[in-house]
Amino acid sequence: MATVELLFSPLPEHVRTARLVAAAVARRSGVDEAVLDEVRLAVGEACTRAVGLHMAHGVEGPVRVSLIEDEKKFAIEVADEAPHRRFSVPGASVGTAPLSSSGGTGNGHAEAEGALVPGARGEIPEPTAEEDEGDGEMGLAVISGLVDDVEVSADENGGVIRMSWPTAPESLVP
Amino acid sequence: MDLSLSTRTVGDRTIVEVGGEIDVYTAPKLREQLVELVNDGSYHLVVDMEGVDFLDSTGLGVLVGGLKRVRAHEGSLRLVCNQERILKIFRITGLTKVFPIHPSVDEAVAATD
Repeated sequence: MATVELLFSPLPEHVRTARLVAAAVARRSGVDEAVLDEVRLAVGEACTRAVGLHMAHGVEGPVRVSLIEDEKKFAIEVADEAPHRRFSVPGASVGTAPLSSSGGTGNGHAEAEGALVPGARGEIPEPTAEEDEGDGEMGLAVISGLVDDVEVSADENGGVIRMSWPTAPESLVP
Repeated sequence: MDLSLSTRTVGDRTIVEVGGEIDVYTAPKLREQLVELVNDGSYHLVVDMEGVDFLDSTGLGVLVGGLKRVRAHEGSLRLVCNQERILKIFRITGLTKVFPIHPSVDEAVAATD
């Protein structure tokens, strides 16, 4: 089993908890201090995307984060239970329903992801009524920019983002 | 840590000082602040991110949304950031080409390009 496993309700307020737990376990596993910020950001992006998918599809089940300590690497798996119709190349969309959040203007999610992918157009489109919704693809772009070893898979029952980082030899871990 | 927001005016610029973590949970507060400023006629914004500990793609999305809003009024949105870990995410996403990023509020306020 995973070294540490975390299940949380698919709500934005719990993503921070997942980041903190992942960073703590990564540090203990010997991931370099300089890389912990990347671990924190990557797991946050993966969890944010999972929460968005659950909310978009009305899935109430938990997001599952598995933190796996290995001899030479530290791996994180973030699994969602949302039905994925197809899986993502940048620019493609996963799922169809727009994300929505529970409070305020109801659009606390990523905007204008098209402009955020490296190599995408530099100009910013004019605001439109639908401008403020994203579908998690920007988060994936960030993850792939951050993490060398990343693998994304999905089917109709859910998706998993697997990421790993090398760990220092045990003798170097305090 | 939650998100802290405060605003002040310097000349025709409105400085939005942001502190704490900008993520999927807190980003809506920043969005509301930016929307409110633009609705109130503040079209030249400087977002001071020196107190930001964490920023993710949701936060980037909100900043891009703010930029779109001020540009619709011929305005500007400048960022102040010196922190490498925050700058990195702007570089990864190519947003360093979209946002003017300044090392200090003074420089952001003085910038006219």
